[in-house]
Amino acid sequence: MSANAVPSGKTLAVSRRSKRSLANSKWPVLILFLPPALLVFTVLVILPMGEAAWYSFYNWNGYGSPTQWVGWRNYQLIFRNSAFTQALINNGLIVLASLCVQVPLALWLATMISSRIKGALFFRLIFFLPYVLADVAAGMIWRFVYDGDFGLVAGISHFIGVEPPFWLADRDVAMYAILGVVVWKYFGFHMMLFIAGLQAIDKSVLEAADIDGATGFQKFRLVTLPLLGSTVRLSVFFAVVGSLQLFDMIMPLTGGGPSNSTQTMVTFLYNFGVTRMQVGFGSAVGVVLFVICVTLAFSYKRVFMRND
Amino acid sequence: MTDISTAQPIDAASAPTSGQRIRAGTQVYMYASLIIVAAIVVVPLITTALGGFKTLGELRGNPFGLPVEWQWSNYTDIIISKRYWLQMSNSLIIALLTVFLTLTFGAMAAFCFAHIRFFGTDYLVNYFLIGLMFPAATAILPLYIRIRDLGLVDTYWGVVLPQVAFGMGMSIMLFRNYFRNLPSELFDAAFVDGCGYMRFFWHITLPLSRPIIATVGIISFVGSWNSYIVPLIMLNSESRYPWPLGIMIYRGEFSTEWQLVLAFITLTILPTIIAFFLAQKHIIAGLTAGAVKS
Repeated sequence: MSANAVPSGKTLAVSRRSKRSLANSKWPVLILFLPPALLVFTVLVILPMGEAAWYSFYNWNGYGSPTQWVGWRNYQLIFRNSAFTQALINNGLIVLASLCVQVPLALWLATMISSRIKGALFFRLIFFLPYVLADVAAGMIWRFVYDGDFGLVAGISHFIGVEPPFWLADRDVAMYAILGVVVWKYFGFHMMLFIAGLQAIDKSVLEAADIDGATGFQKFRLVTLPLLGSTVRLSVFFAVVGSLQLFDMIMPLTGGGPSNSTQTMVTFLYNFGVTRMQVGFGSAVGVVLFVICVTLAFSYKRVFMRND
Repeated sequence: MTDISTAQPIDAASAPTSGQRIRAGTQVYMYASLIIVAAIVVVPLITTALGGFKTLGELRGNPFGLPVEWQWSNYTDIIISKRYWLQMSNSLIIALLTVFLTLTFGAMAAFCFAHIRFFGTDYLVNYFLIGLMFPAATAILPLYIRIRDLGLVDTYWGVVLPQVAFGMGMSIMLFRNYFRNLPSELFDAAFVDGCGYMRFFWHITLPLSRPIIATVGIISFVGSWNSYIVPLIMLNSESRYPWPLGIMIYRGEFSTEWQLVLAFITLTILPTIIAFFLAQKHIIAGLTAGAVKS
């Protein structure tokens, strides 16, 4: 196998021949290897996306072919719909909670776990556990936790002697209750990213800071954080992109209710487009979601992740 | 942010002066914080599992403590029920098919992108990376219509193929990065020996790619096992429901009997939790690798 074993004079002759056989073997491989991925991806990801753009200009229930052209009306309906406005606000809240609570929490825990501490592996596993669970299961578990008759919140309320609240049924509170679940579910994932980032930092830089007499906080702010920059940017990126897609967890918790107070863009798409088979309207919601995701992703990458 | 400042994260032990005293205090503080967070993570899970052993009346009066009388029948009734095993096997079939096709299609395409120069390689790679940009939900209605027109609604394939399609970007990206980093001496040697691309793929690339195959496999398995929206839209018959849909249906049916729902939830997440603790190293590596796209 080793190239070195071949005498150099012979290599040239062989390699010319093998080059030709290589070129000959290129096309069969391309013709055999590329089409499956290309086909399934094009037919089930790219084409539907294009069709969504097309259907979004029709009023259509999904049967026959779309004939009733309505122009931009579906888009007008979306932006005039108060439930969609609420969904946009809620997605914004999720982004905010992710950035202001979840990412700092993950960073804080990661720094603790990365310092020499006994039981670090145990805590790492425990914190990562919610991320491995299905969103639906997590949502269901927290629906129980928040249940005003049987749940843990009810138990605590009884213990301190107040009427148990029904947070998920309260339109002013439900979304905040959900934000708690979002943080609970995903902080462990961000923590793992940070732990990996911290491990990559050269210890000698920190030792140098030590010798210069830096305090723990100074070291964190002036050495660790800048060196962790690319990981933080990545974590924020995932937090934002993930926040825009939240659906699975909302369904078991509230399904978007009470009175649309916990809709997200995807639950809105499901509740107003899919369940009523309003293909045009639902597709238009999908297009809006697509535009928001892609715009955010591209501009974030361009502005913050240029050098990563 | 102030919390971070007090955490003194970086190795307080190496601080030369009065390190010992600070360290003891910091340690107490660290453990206290870690244990509180761990409790917030674990308590809902444990009370869910314990709640499944209670009667409804006890659940109301005593949501936290151990059951007074263990209602094993809550669990055993589910374990001997057909629907539980049916949903689990549906999930397993769908996930295994998804993993198999994601690995096969992804590795084959990535191999072309990694080693064969042809017109438009880079455009084609970027074409697949578009798939990483937006959620599957954006085009779910046209996707449903397409699957319907293909006659695949309410079949496993109607769930598997969209999942494979949406996994292509991630799979190709991870495989391609890995293939390109295999030592180039291997290629030279193989090609000198007159080895074509096909044999190279089978006899050199694949045997060397076990780690990345495991990584991509884990990501697509977990993704499929936990998935909800695609099966929700593509499947009609309860007999084909995977377990996340099963939980929702079960909860709908037994909405007044939380203890049964809790037992059902526990039994459905149990395989996930066991698998996680058995293979935690690989699962964590797999899932975070899927996230860190370079």
